[in-house]
Amino acid sequence: MNMMNMMKRWVVGLALATVVSGVHAAAVIEIDGSSTVYPITEAVAEEYQVAMGGARVTVGISGTGGGFKRFCRGEIDIANASRPILKEEMIACAQAGIRYYELPIAYDALTVVVSKSNTFVDQLTIDELKRMWEPAAAQKITNWNQVRPTFPKLPLKLAGAGADSGTFDYWTEAVMKRSKASRGDYQASEDDNVTVQYVSRDKGALGYLGMAYFEENAEKLRAVPIVPPHSTNGAASGAANGAKKGVVPSAKTVNNGTYQPLSRPLFIYVKEKSLQRPEIKTFVEFFLTEGPALAAEVGYVELPANAYTLARQNLKNRKIGSGFAGVAEIGLTVEQLLVRERKR
Amino acid sequence: MLDVQAIQELVRKGRRYDAIFAIIGLFCMMIGILMLAVLLGGLVDDGAHRLNWTFFENFPSRRAQRAGILSAMVGSTLVMLITAATAIPFGVGAAIYLEEYARRNWVTNLIEINVTNLAGVPSIIYGLLALGLFVYALDFGQSILSAGLTLALMILPVIIVSTREAIRAIPSSIREAAYAVGATRWQLVRDHIVPYSAGGILTGIIIGLARAIGETAPIITIGALTVIAFLPDSPFTGEFPYLSFEWMKSPFTVMPIQMFNWLSRPQAAFQENAAAAGLVLVVMTLIMNGAAIWLRMRFRKRIKW
Repeated sequence: MNMMNMMKRWVVGLALATVVSGVHAAAVIEIDGSSTVYPITEAVAEEYQVAMGGARVTVGISGTGGGFKRFCRGEIDIANASRPILKEEMIACAQAGIRYYELPIAYDALTVVVSKSNTFVDQLTIDELKRMWEPAAAQKITNWNQVRPTFPKLPLKLAGAGADSGTFDYWTEAVMKRSKASRGDYQASEDDNVTVQYVSRDKGALGYLGMAYFEENAEKLRAVPIVPPHSTNGAASGAANGAKKGVVPSAKTVNNGTYQPLSRPLFIYVKEKSLQRPEIKTFVEFFLTEGPALAAEVGYVELPANAYTLARQNLKNRKIGSGFAGVAEIGLTVEQLLVRERKR
Repeated sequence: MLDVQAIQELVRKGRRYDAIFAIIGLFCMMIGILMLAVLLGGLVDDGAHRLNWTFFENFPSRRAQRAGILSAMVGSTLVMLITAATAIPFGVGAAIYLEEYARRNWVTNLIEINVTNLAGVPSIIYGLLALGLFVYALDFGQSILSAGLTLALMILPVIIVSTREAIRAIPSSIREAAYAVGATRWQLVRDHIVPYSAGGILTGIIIGLARAIGETAPIITIGALTVIAFLPDSPFTGEFPYLSFEWMKSPFTVMPIQMFNWLSRPQAAFQENAAAAGLVLVVMTLIMNGAAIWLRMRFRKRIKW
């Protein structure tokens, strides 16, 4: 009977498959992690596979936290991260005997956006952002005139990153000075396009997202200039706080350090053991050479040239570990970070 | 005694209800059909112009114009192959056993209730089970094999239920006739039960597979969202034994994941790619469902009782 024959063949095939399934497939470079870093890594992987014909790279999008989880279990070779590795992640890696290099690869600027139809917001200070977003604001700060008395009476609607993303971690750290401290009553999404849609349709809406998403939607959204907190430029920039001018995110303001505290470095973490494989060594080398231009192409800001040289030196001198002590720091330049002592 | 007028009144009333129900029914049907038409129209409007040859033969790319669905299509096909190769023998076998061999007692009743219930379990639950079982415990990793087995588990109840329905439709006189001429149970199953119910079985299989090909949640759970720009190893090799099963261990992506990935891009051009991929997926499902209907008709023609 036809049906029976088919069945027989499948059963035999399955048995065979079980026998050979112990063998592992040809060398694949496995990368996973942040959805923010992903476009850069994807671009590098694409070019690398074209240049190296037959190379195999997989790039996953599990979020920074999800990526580190897999990284510290030894499942992947490289972790994409939109924030530095945290203390508990360092401990998990150390327990599993995973040693790694921390390489900053580009800057991103968290961009605060409002709809094009919103004309009354000239600029915002970090204090004002905090007033809108802190946990205590939930159900209380619901109108623009509560943020600044000169703003019109208009319902305030917020949108931003979901709690699993590195973007959320960085935002809360930079604005609230406390990681993961945010009001809960806002449109939260892991997909920045949702924020774009939400904000562009509502005059009273405000959201934050990665600069690449703002640039692609510049005809619908407006980036709000951000006044840096007083501590960064000191008294020199003006007597009264209100007189300080807001800074618009751009490649220039990110690189010269004036768009603070919302510009952030992005990282890749490379497993030391994987780096002993020749194809991964070439890939990381390729990343540091071609990465800057590709990062700029997909809407990020390349680091100063010096930073890539320092990163190469760190690889060569086998500077293993993280430049952060497991705590996210805000407003650090990449060069400062690269010359720091490493912690494991 | 009813007089003529009362009877006519009764008939009129009955017809009125008839008409009202027909209108309600038509309205219900139109909602479903219209929604589907709007959805399809939207997909065609957004994505049709992206459907050209390069779209099918290119890998995903950061440039929307250069991006294609090759790895996703190959991934979907291979995952479906594993799903079919496991779900069909196990599903059909289980159904035949339950219908023809199993004794009717509380154990079979319990199994029966469970199988029917399993058909309604949310697919993400299968994903979580598969993550623990296939990916970690059995160490298949985030591979085509894991994904195929996950989807096979998911559609197993569908296949079992539809196979049993098909077998039950065979008149018991056929069984009695077979036993009367001295056939064993196995001969009965092989020569009569399976051939006569093949149409129903195939329909169930294809409906199950059509559901599996569009499934996203369990695949994301086990395989994460991954971009793949290469094809798995070829199943054919130049040296003995000429067959390789390396491709089963390969990382993969499938059509719905590729769509999901494109939808979350900032560039509008990627949304068009997602719409185009959606169209391809709809056509793939349509072909599968069409095949199911055609097969059912063909097998039905051969049955004479």
